[in-house]
Amino acid sequence: MIRVLRPGLQTSVQDQGRYGLQHIGLCPGGAMDPVALSLANALVGNPVTEAALEITVIGPELEFESETLIAVCGAEFAGSFPHPPGTLPQSRPVLVPAGGRINLGRASRGARAYLAVAGGFDLAPVLGSRSTYIPGAFGGFKGRALRHGDALPLKADSLELSRERFGRLKRKRERSVPWSAPSHTLADREPIVVHVLEGQHFADFDANVQRAFFDTVWRVASDSNRMGFRLAGPLLARTATDEILSGPTCLGTVQVPANGAPIALMADHQTTGGYPKIAEIASADVPRLAQLAPGGQVHFAKCSLEMAAELRKHTREAVQAQLRGIAWEYGN
Amino acid sequence: MGVVPLGDLAAYVEFSRTLDLEVNALVQRLAVAVQARGAPYIRDVVPALGGLALHFDPGFEGNCVSAAVELVEGALKDGISVSADVLRTVTVPVCYEPEFALDLQEISQKTGLSREEIIERHSTGGYRVLMMGFAPGHAYMGGLDPKLAVPRRATPRAIVPAGSIAIANEQTVVYPYSISGGWNVIGRTPLALFDPERQEPSLFASGDRVRFKPIDRAEFMKLAVKR
Repeated sequence: MIRVLRPGLQTSVQDQGRYGLQHIGLCPGGAMDPVALSLANALVGNPVTEAALEITVIGPELEFESETLIAVCGAEFAGSFPHPPGTLPQSRPVLVPAGGRINLGRASRGARAYLAVAGGFDLAPVLGSRSTYIPGAFGGFKGRALRHGDALPLKADSLELSRERFGRLKRKRERSVPWSAPSHTLADREPIVVHVLEGQHFADFDANVQRAFFDTVWRVASDSNRMGFRLAGPLLARTATDEILSGPTCLGTVQVPANGAPIALMADHQTTGGYPKIAEIASADVPRLAQLAPGGQVHFAKCSLEMAAELRKHTREAVQAQLRGIAWEYGN
Repeated sequence: MGVVPLGDLAAYVEFSRTLDLEVNALVQRLAVAVQARGAPYIRDVVPALGGLALHFDPGFEGNCVSAAVELVEGALKDGISVSADVLRTVTVPVCYEPEFALDLQEISQKTGLSREEIIERHSTGGYRVLMMGFAPGHAYMGGLDPKLAVPRRATPRAIVPAGSIAIANEQTVVYPYSISGGWNVIGRTPLALFDPERQEPSLFASGDRVRFKPIDRAEFMKLAVKR
C-alpha cells in the first residue's frame, strides 16, 4: 500500500488508455506521455500496458508501507527521500524500503512523470482500462486525482515481486542501479519543434494567418490541462465564413475557436468538434508537447504524412530498442 | 468522397460538408460495415454527421489515408445493406416541469407557442441520433419540429445539469454530465445517459430512433432514485 501524504498538483492513475469507445463519445485518455509510461513500467519489470501514477508539475509525497520496487520516468523532479534521507534517482529501478517516504517536489525539466510500481496497482479496470477519466469521474483510483490520506492498494504479491525483480537485476548499486534510461520526450531547450500536418480547414485561413501559425513561438497557457493545451500567441482569424459541420477530432488536433486562440487537443480530448482544424500534430511529437509545462514554448514545423509516419517508426524503434536493453538488465 | 489525415494515426473520410440526412444514414451504415471488416490495425471507427473517422493503432506501419480509402472503398464495393441498420428505438422519459425546463418560458416567447403546445410538439416528434460526440453519451439528434427551432442562447449557461434535454435550430442534444452549454433546456431525463458500469455504457448510439415520453415530477423522482 502507498499512502498519499501530499497529493501534488494533479496526480492520477493512468495506463495506455481505453480504445474502441470513441463512437459513443469516450476519448481514449490514458497517459499524456505514453513513452515515459512505457519506460517506467519496463524499469520495474512490468508490461508497458500496466497503470502508473501520472505526476504533474508539482509531485506528491508518498509513504510506502512495504518494500516496493519503483521507477520514476519522464519529467525531471527535484525528488528526495525524506526518509531515509537522500536523493531519489530517476529513470531507473529503485527499491524503496518499508516505511520509506519519497517527495517528488517540483519539476525542473518537463511537466509529467510516471511512477510505476512492480506488479502495478490493485485497481479494477473500467471499460478495459485503469486510466482515470476525471471529467467522467471513473477509472483509476475512485475516478479522480489523488488526495491527502488516500491509500493506494498494490497487488497482493507486490513485496515478493519487488524483491524477486530487484534480485534479478544484473548490476546494482545500493538500492538502485548504476545506469539510467534516457528520456525520449524531454527537450534540451525551448522552444521545442513539433511537426504538424495541415489540418482539414488550413485553407480557410488566409496566407498571413497561415504564416503566423508557423512563425510564432507559442506559449502553453496556464489554463491548459489533460483535455487540451491552450496556446498563447497571435489570434488566428478564419477568413471563410461558412458554418463548419461538427466533425471528428483526434489526439493532437489543433483547432481554432471563435476567439482565435488555438487549442491542441490532448489525452482527454472531446471526440468531435465544430471549430476549424488548422493543424494535426504528428503522433510521435504529441508526448513531447505533453512534457511542456504552462509557459513552455513550442514552434510548429510543417511536415508531410510520410514524414510523420517516418517519425512514428523512428520513435517506436528507438523505444523498443531501449525496452530490450532494460529487459536484458533483468536477465530476460 | 474526400479523405483528410487527422495526424498520421487517423483519417477522416468525408462525404458531405453540410448536414444531409441521407448521407448521415449512409455514414452510419458504412461505419458498421467498416468495423465489421475487422482490420487489426483499426482501433476506433467513429461515424460523424457528414463522414467517418478511422483511428489506427500506433503500431500501424502504413499510410493511414490510403489504408482508410482501401477499407471504405472495400466496404462500399461489397455493398452497404439497410439491414445493417440498428433500427433500435430508445424511449426517453422527460420531465418538462419548470424546475427542469429552464428555458421553456423563453422558447414560448420566441415561438409564440404555449407551454402545453411545446411539450406536445416535442414529445410527439420522432428523432434520430445523427452523431455521438463531444462527451461520453452526448447525442446530437435530428427531427425537431421546425416550429420549435430557436437559435442558441446568446449567453451560454455556466452549468447545464446532467440529463438535460436541450434544443437549438433543428437539433436536440442530451447532456450526460453537468457542463456549460448554450442550448435551450426544454426538460430533463432521470436516466443515466452514460454509465461505465453498464453493459451498454451509453444510452444512445448513432442511428438510434428516439422518442420522448413526458413524465411528471413524481415519476421523475421515482426513476431518479432507481438509477
